[in-house]
Amino acid sequence: MGHVFTIAWKDLRSELRTKESINAAAAFSMVILVLFSFVLDISGDARDFGGGLLWLVFAFAGALVLNRSFAREQSNDCLDALVASPLPGWALFLGKAIANFALLGIVELVALPVFGILFNANWLRFPAWTLLTCALATWGMTVIGTMFSALTVNLRLRELMLPVLVYPMLIPVLMAAMQLTTALLVGEGITAEDWIWVKLLIGFDIIFTSLSLALIDFILVS
Amino acid sequence: MSEAALDVRAVWKYFGDFPALRAVNLNVARGECLAMLGRNGAGKTTLLKILAGLSDISQGTVSVFGSQGNTTDARRKTGVLGHGIGIYDELTARENLELFGKIYQLDRPAHAAMAWLERVDLKHVADARAREFSRGMRQRLAVARAFIHEPLLLLLDEPFTALDDRSIALLQRLLAERLAAGATVVMSTHQLREAMELATHWALLVRGKLVHKGERSPEIISDPTWVYRNYGEDS
Repeated sequence: MGHVFTIAWKDLRSELRTKESINAAAAFSMVILVLFSFVLDISGDARDFGGGLLWLVFAFAGALVLNRSFAREQSNDCLDALVASPLPGWALFLGKAIANFALLGIVELVALPVFGILFNANWLRFPAWTLLTCALATWGMTVIGTMFSALTVNLRLRELMLPVLVYPMLIPVLMAAMQLTTALLVGEGITAEDWIWVKLLIGFDIIFTSLSLALIDFILVS
Repeated sequence: MSEAALDVRAVWKYFGDFPALRAVNLNVARGECLAMLGRNGAGKTTLLKILAGLSDISQGTVSVFGSQGNTTDARRKTGVLGHGIGIYDELTARENLELFGKIYQLDRPAHAAMAWLERVDLKHVADARAREFSRGMRQRLAVARAFIHEPLLLLLDEPFTALDDRSIALLQRLLAERLAAGATVVMSTHQLREAMELATHWALLVRGKLVHKGERSPEIISDPTWVYRNYGEDS
């Protein structure tokens, strides 16, 4: 696991020094939330659409972070230096996924309070469930995004291709996250009916993490 | 210890329908320093990428230190310096070397990083970010990155290109040290004079085919066109 944290540390340090994607993602999420607060009628019960709005913002802002994940390795052919080293492919993938997870978490931490203020929504009513929902859904987005970032790293239209490929794959995660977040914002908490969405998130994360770890070596060596 | 460092047998590599390498057979003994020659597009970089495990083959077999394919153990013993320098611009020189020291599982990566920064004369800028370096400094840092784990096999793609006199001398000295320690070196190059000071053997690739491999001969150094006149497309 030492290799995993070495890569995660390297990616986080690089990103926090340049702030090239996290600033863009945070600013983008702020702009979308502010614009929607003008467009949508928040005098009614904004909590009904809050889950959907929030996860759309996270998904679009997240693409900005995930796009840079393997693209960061392209300058100076750093990816070649890593692939030619004894670093296992799974460690490279997992390290990058952990770094992306942390960066998306920062974006969510910035966006959630703004969302709460603009839409008069109490997102801290069920803190443990909110945290669990965010963690499971964010990991699902991270795994798919990191995997497709590796797949599209050598494509000329990488910035265009990544969202085109990633969003359809994220539909189950986003559906589950939206349903759970809406239930939490409405104040019902997670009922027995909602458990199916929690199970879907857990299943999605396990399946796609395993699949990514199994395929990453094949993807990295052209 | 008897097996070859590299054994390439009947290797073909296609990019689409185009054969970049055609039935290449190459055996490099341990301790050998092979200068791989060839005009642009001859397949030198493709072959080096295959040897480094950066590209797969369409047909044939590649053995590194007796193991088929590019195993983790083989990669641990190999140092690669390609066209790109493999250095992170946002990290400092020290952080870059420590990163690769950890990846190569050195006992004391921080100590090794500082020792190599001193060897390549970059100790005074150890905590400066690589993006602030001149081209020569970045190249020296890349050399330290490739050598930090004291590899037994060095794969270098045009290592003398864009280096100033001081950097060329440094690289030649480091390569001579690795060769004296029993390492094997394979380098592609257009700079015959610099390469032939170290090379024990040379090989020539023409349009993806290995047309010659043999010991170094004095004619190559005295007349750079001799190789192509006698073995290349001009022969």
